Amino acid sequence: MGAGRLYATVALGGFRRYATYRAATAAGVFTNTVFGLILVYTYRALWDLKPHLGGYDQAQAITYVWLGQAFLSTLAISGGGVEDELMERIRTGDVAIDLYRPADLQLWWLAADLGRAFFQLLGRGVVPFVFGALVFPAYLPADAGRWAAFLVAVVLAMLVGFGLRYLVALSAFWLLDGTGMTQMTWLLGYFCSGMLLPLNVFPGALGTVVRALPWSSLLQAPADILLGHGDPLRTYLFQGAWAVVLLGAGRLLQSAATRRVVVQGG
Amino acid sequence: MDGFITLDEVEKVFSVRRKTGFLRRERQEVRAVDSLSFTVARGEMVGYIGPNGAGKSTTIKMLTGILTPSGGRLRVAGIDPSRERSRLAHRIGVVFGQRTTLWWDLPLIDSYRLTHRMYRIPNARYRENLDRLVELLELRTLLDTPVRQLSLGQRMRGDIAAALLHDPEVLYLDEPTIGLDVVSKAKVRGFLRELNAAQGTTVLLTTHDLQDIEQLCSRVMVIDHGRLMYDGPLTGLHEAGESERTLVVDLERELPPVEVPSARVVRVEGPRQWLAFPAGQSAAPVVARLAAEYPLVDLSVREPDIEAVIAKMYAERAVS
Ligand SMILES: Nc1ncnc2c1ncn2[C@@H]1O[C@H](COP(=O)(O)OP(=O)(O)OP(=O)(O)O)[C@@H](O)[C@H]1O
Ligand SMILES: [Mg+2]
Repeated sequence: MGAGRLYATVALGGFRRYATYRAATAAGVFTNTVFGLILVYTYRALWDLKPHLGGYDQAQAITYVWLGQAFLSTLAISGGGVEDELMERIRTGDVAIDLYRPADLQLWWLAADLGRAFFQLLGRGVVPFVFGALVFPAYLPADAGRWAAFLVAVVLAMLVGFGLRYLVALSAFWLLDGTGMTQMTWLLGYFCSGMLLPLNVFPGALGTVVRALPWSSLLQAPADILLGHGDPLRTYLFQGAWAVVLLGAGRLLQSAATRRVVVQGG
Repeated sequence: MDGFITLDEVEKVFSVRRKTGFLRRERQEVRAVDSLSFTVARGEMVGYIGPNGAGKSTTIKMLTGILTPSGGRLRVAGIDPSRERSRLAHRIGVVFGQRTTLWWDLPLIDSYRLTHRMYRIPNARYRENLDRLVELLELRTLLDTPVRQLSLGQRMRGDIAAALLHDPEVLYLDEPTIGLDVVSKAKVRGFLRELNAAQGTTVLLTTHDLQDIEQLCSRVMVIDHGRLMYDGPLTGLHEAGESERTLVVDLERELPPVEVPSARVVRVEGPRQWLAFPAGQSAAPVVARLAAEYPLVDLSVREPDIEAVIAKMYAERAVS
């Protein structure tokens, strides 16, 4: 119980921290909107050529684009999550402070990242999505249950996203300079989460593989629920399984890191 | 002996990879702490000094449990720190002067609320401690300021308060006065003295500012190359460092260097001469002899400068 309140405080702090960066938030909303516009015109051209590509009609493809823009910073798909800070703390040795406190490192950062994600969803995600939905003929389900089911998948996506990024961050204990590693995972994440194109459009073995990877939990899974393409329960199971695997791996790596590896600096 | 902190032959060896040529790396061992043994009793306030790279921060990290010793035995309040880091955390407070535990982007008070939850401090005690610390460390007007807007001295006081909210039995301070001006240093020192006296908190303090030690600690440990070089009262350092007192003599006129047994002239400037003699020895016989044999106008005795003693001690070790 006491521990729950601690992590709730951490999450709230994470939310409020990002809320203090007003200019960054405004800039983010602007970029996400511009980016969405570019993608929308690209997708429309593509769907004009190939109607029902990946099983989506044009309205669904448009919704998909704006979902992607809403999730880009929420799920820190191409960076910007708490892992940047964690890696910096490992590199400079500030992580020492996190380690001697009576709190679990992973839960601490998970809470901070969830706080951040919720702020980004509200602060940076909602505006581009609403803009897109108003300006373009988007597909929006009228069924409130569908939206609720979608939100559950979003929360699970946050867990999976953190699980992935935490593993990357911990690599800094061994690599110290994790820039190469993060850039590679961003690129991988961008493609494999379906930010570039919905994963349904990839045929054959490539499609099967990317849809089975954890990144498909991020954008593709919640999008499919909202667009009426996926069975919620099966999607939750898929996301939940990846969350458990990734967070479990994070725990193992964390205990290896804190046991073996040395904290930097005087 | 009531050892609240005990170290018995503690070692810490870092293995570093060093570039020895193109694409060639060699493993090298750095012995940061080398068979270090000491005990600190409950309620003591001990200075822990030594030159850069001596192993002070490494020792503190082992005492908090974030580094595991490579050898030896270490106990704090009967707990093996690296094994039971979380259990120990409730009983210790730590301030690393060069790092902050505070939430950078948020008002100071948020960091304290977090500490409240983290250490599960009962509400009444939290309020009482917060009130007292805020008062003593003059933080009242800063509570709503984001930490990134605090000056270094303000932030340091903020960090010290954060480390003490849960009433730790021992406080480790790693360079708590680094970068502070004279006024801020005095505030921090005054606070620490008060803390040690009123709450009986055991304090282990590392610093490069010997005034911290002079004003706060009755006991000082000097470490170099990971080894304990001295452990005792500050005044004892003079003997250990073979330091000398100085007699400044004003004569009636310019004279060649005076000759007095067991003292030697180290400097002559017109009619003024400086004589050095061992710190352990009385000045009386030297003065008597001078007065009897030379036209004396005035004289004064200067105690050895502790900084000089320690600088000499560090330099000697570096040679050996
Ligand atoms: N993470 C590390 N990896 C390798 N060597 C290290 C590491 N941390 C410390 N050392 C080495 O251990 C020795 C002791 O370092 P330590 O930080 O304990 O010194 P210190 O007494 O705190 O010095 P300072 O007064 O400069 O803060 C140094 O030689 C340092 O290079
Ligand atoms: Mg140090």
